Amino acid sequence: MSAGHGLEISALTKRFGGLVAVSGFDLTVAPGEIVGLIGPNGAGKTTVFHLVAGFHLPSEGSIRFEGTSLVGLKPHAICRLGLARTFQLVQPFAGLTTLENVMVGAFNRSREVAEARRRAAEIVDFVGLGPRRDVPARHLTLPDRKRLEVARGLATEPRLLLLDEVMSGLNPTEIEAIIGLIRRIHARGVSLLIIEHVMRAILALSHRLVVMHHGEKIADGAPAVVARDPRVVEAYLGETTEAAPR
Amino acid sequence: MTWLFLQAVVSGLLLGGVYGLVASGLSLIFGVLRIINFAHGAVMMLGMYASYWLFVLVGLDPYLSILVTGPLFFVLGMLIQRIVIEPNRAAAEHNQLLLTLGVALFFENLALVLWQGDFRTVRVWYSGASFLVADVLVEVPRLIAAGGAVLIALALWGFLRTTDAGKAIRALSEEPEGARLVGIDVARIRGVAFGIGSACVAVAGALVTPFFYVAPDVGESFNIMAFVVVVLGGMGNFLGALVGGFIVGLAESLGAAFLPGSLKQLVVFGLFVIVLLLRPEGLFGARRGR
Amino acid sequence: MAGRLGPLLAVAALAAVPPLLPKYVLEVLISVLFFGYLGACWNILGGYGGQFSFGHAAFFGIGAYTSTLLFLHLGVTPWLGMVAGGILAAAFGLFAGYLSFRYGLRGPYFSLVTLAFAEMLRVIAVNWKAVGSSLGLVVPNRGSAPVLFLFADKLPYYYVILVMALGALAITRMIERSRMGYALAAIRENEDAAEAAGVDALSTKLAAMALSSFLTALGGTFYAQYFAYIDPSLTFGPAISIGGLLPAIVGGAGTVAGPLLGSFVLTPISELTRAVLRGRAGADIMLYGLILILVISFLPNGLVGWFRSRRPAAGRAA
Repeated sequence: MSAGHGLEISALTKRFGGLVAVSGFDLTVAPGEIVGLIGPNGAGKTTVFHLVAGFHLPSEGSIRFEGTSLVGLKPHAICRLGLARTFQLVQPFAGLTTLENVMVGAFNRSREVAEARRRAAEIVDFVGLGPRRDVPARHLTLPDRKRLEVARGLATEPRLLLLDEVMSGLNPTEIEAIIGLIRRIHARGVSLLIIEHVMRAILALSHRLVVMHHGEKIADGAPAVVARDPRVVEAYLGETTEAAPR
Repeated sequence: MTWLFLQAVVSGLLLGGVYGLVASGLSLIFGVLRIINFAHGAVMMLGMYASYWLFVLVGLDPYLSILVTGPLFFVLGMLIQRIVIEPNRAAAEHNQLLLTLGVALFFENLALVLWQGDFRTVRVWYSGASFLVADVLVEVPRLIAAGGAVLIALALWGFLRTTDAGKAIRALSEEPEGARLVGIDVARIRGVAFGIGSACVAVAGALVTPFFYVAPDVGESFNIMAFVVVVLGGMGNFLGALVGGFIVGLAESLGAAFLPGSLKQLVVFGLFVIVLLLRPEGLFGARRGR
Repeated sequence: MAGRLGPLLAVAALAAVPPLLPKYVLEVLISVLFFGYLGACWNILGGYGGQFSFGHAAFFGIGAYTSTLLFLHLGVTPWLGMVAGGILAAAFGLFAGYLSFRYGLRGPYFSLVTLAFAEMLRVIAVNWKAVGSSLGLVVPNRGSAPVLFLFADKLPYYYVILVMALGALAITRMIERSRMGYALAAIRENEDAAEAAGVDALSTKLAAMALSSFLTALGGTFYAQYFAYIDPSLTFGPAISIGGLLPAIVGGAGTVAGPLLGSFVLTPISELTRAVLRGRAGADIMLYGLILILVISFLPNGLVGWFRSRRPAAGRAA
C-alpha cells in the first residue's frame, strides 16, 4: 500500500474480557479530510481512539497510517509518525506552565530547547493562549485547558489530529471559538478525526460523518445524509441524553 | 528429608497465620485509604512493647494483654489517621507514602530512645511448651499465636460482612464515589479502618511475644513481610491477605530449611518481585490499586 | 536579585572556609555534602521523573563493594573502582528499571519493588563469604596515598565530596534545561499524556535510572574510602535509601538546589541531636521522622518550593 493514504482502519475489534467494545469497525480518513465520529455514549468511540493512538492493543483488525501498521506501536512512536490525539478528560501537565506543556510536544520535531520553545510559543499564540503562556496549567480554566490539550497535540506537528470531545463542558461562545480554531488547524494542512457530542459543531465541521453504535459502524457518509439515516435516528432515540442530534 | 520438609511446613503454617493477621490489617488500611502504610510494622513493634511492659510491670499474660492493647491501638491508629494522614488527603500519592514512613521512623526511634536496642523477651510458663505429632515438633505458643491470629482475622472478616460499620468500610473500599454519595461519613470511616488495622497488628504483636524477641526494629521485617503478603493476596483483599500469609510463611520456612544462612529472605523477596511484576493485582485477582 | 552571584558566593565560601574550621565542624560539613550528594542523585529519578525509589541503597552498596573488592583483591585504585562500581550499578539500575517499567509498575508499586531489590542485595551480601558476609570489609592502610583515594586527614575528603556534590548539581541543572528534563517532568505529571505527546516514557525513565544509579554508586565508593569500613546493612540497608530521599524531599524534590539545601538543614540537626543526647541512640532519626511529617504537611514542595511561592516572580526562568 502506498503512502499518502491517511488513516485506514479495517475490521477492528476490541474485546475486554467478555465485553466487545469495538466490533469489525472500518474507517478511513483521507489526507486533508475532516471526519466526525459520533454515536451514543458507550458506543466505543473513545476506545477507537485508544486503539489508534496505541493505548490499547486491538484484539483483531488492522490500523494503518500512511501505509505503516500502527498495531503494537507505543503511543509515543505513533505520535512521531505524525498522528496526535487529545484526551476526553483533559490531562495537562499540571505543574508545568502553558508554554512548557506545549514544549513537551514540540520536542518531537526539534531536540534544541530554544527551537522547541520558539515553535511552542508560536502554537500557544495560534490557539489563543498567548496571554496565559507562563501560567502553570493547574491554574487554567476549562476552556483554556481544552485549548492547551489541542496545542500540545499540534506542537508534535501531526498530519492527522484526533480530537476527543474538545467542546464538552463549553458554552456556545467558547464552542464557536473552538470551531474557528479547528478550521484554522485544518487550513494548516492537518486532517482531523473528531469525536463530538455537540451536533451543530460536528455538522458544521465534518466533510464526512461516521456513526458508531454498540461498537459497530452503522453509517458513513455526507453529514446531511447520515443525520437523516433512519438507523442513526433510531440509535439516538434509544438514548435520551444530550447525545441526541439537535 | 521428608521429616525436615514436614517440620518446615508446620513451622511455616504457624508463622503464616501471624503474617496473615498482620497483613489483613495492612490490606484493610490500603483498601480504604489507598495508602501503603509503612508505619504498620512500627505499630506492631509498639504493640509488642505494650504487651511486654504489661507483663513485666503488672504481670499480665500476653494473651490477656490483647484486651488492653486492642482498644488502645485502635485509638492510636485513629489518632495517627486523624492527625497525620487525614489533613494530607489531597497530597500526592508518594507524599502520603512518605508520611507513613515518617511515622515509622518516629515510632521506631522513639522506642530506641525510650528502651534502647536490647532484645527483650517475655518468659511465660508455657514459653517452652511443645508436643510431637509424628516426629514433627509443634511449639504451643506458636500454635496459639497462629490459631488466635486466624480466629481474629476471621472474626474481623465477619464484622466487615455483617455490621453497619463493616459494610461502610467495605463500601468505601470497593466504591469510594458511591460510598460518598450514599452519605457515609468518609473521613470517620477512614479513621475507623486505620484504627482496626492498627489494632490487628498490635494484637498480632501481642500474640508473638511469648516466643519472639522485642526490639525497636522488630517491626521492620514484619512490615516487609506484610507487603509481600498483601501484594500476593491482592491489595485490599482481606481474605487474600490471610491466604497470602500462609504462602509467605511456607516460602520463608522452606527457604530456611533448605538454604544456608539467612538466604530464606531471598525466597520471600524473590516471590515478592515476581508477583509485583506479573500480577500486581494479586494472585486472587482483586482490584488493582491504580 | 543575586540570581547568579548568590550560588557563586556560596561555592566560593564552601571552597575557601573549610581549612580554617575545627575538625568536628569539618566532619559535619562532609556529612552535609555527602547526604546532599545522595539527595541530588536520587532527585534525578525521584524528583524530576517522579519515580520514588525506596531502594537507592542497592546502587550505593554496589559502588562501595565494587571499588573496595577491586582494591582488596586486585589492587585497583578506588578512583578506577569507583567508575567500575558506577557502571555496574547503572547496569543493575537498567535491569531493575526495565523489569519495573516494562511491567508498568508506577507510584507506590515502584517504591516497593526498588525496596525489595535493595533488600535482596543486602541478604546476598550478608550470606556471601567472599564479600565478607555480615562482618563487612575493612579498607586497610590508613595513611596518605592520594593515588589510592586515601588521605591522612579530613580536608582532602571534604574537597572530594564537595566536587562530587557540585558536579551532581551541575548535571541536574543541565538535565533540567534539556529535552530530557522536560520529558521527565511530563512523565512525573502525567505519564499517559506524556506518551501521547511523543515522549518515550520507558527510555526516558531508564536513562534517568541509569544516571541516578551510576552517580549514587560513586557515593558508595566515597563512603568506603572515608569511613574505611563497609558492611551489608550500612551500605545496602534502608537507612541509605532514606538518607538520599529525605534531603531531596525536605529541600524540594525536582529542584536543582533542593537536595543540598535539605541536607544543610537536616544533617546539622541530626549531628547536634546526637551530640546533645549522647547515649540516646535514635533521637536524631526520630526527629527526622517528625521533620518528614511536618515538611509534607506544611511544605509539600520543600524549602525551595516554599521560597518560590513567597517570591512568585522568580519561578522557572524562561
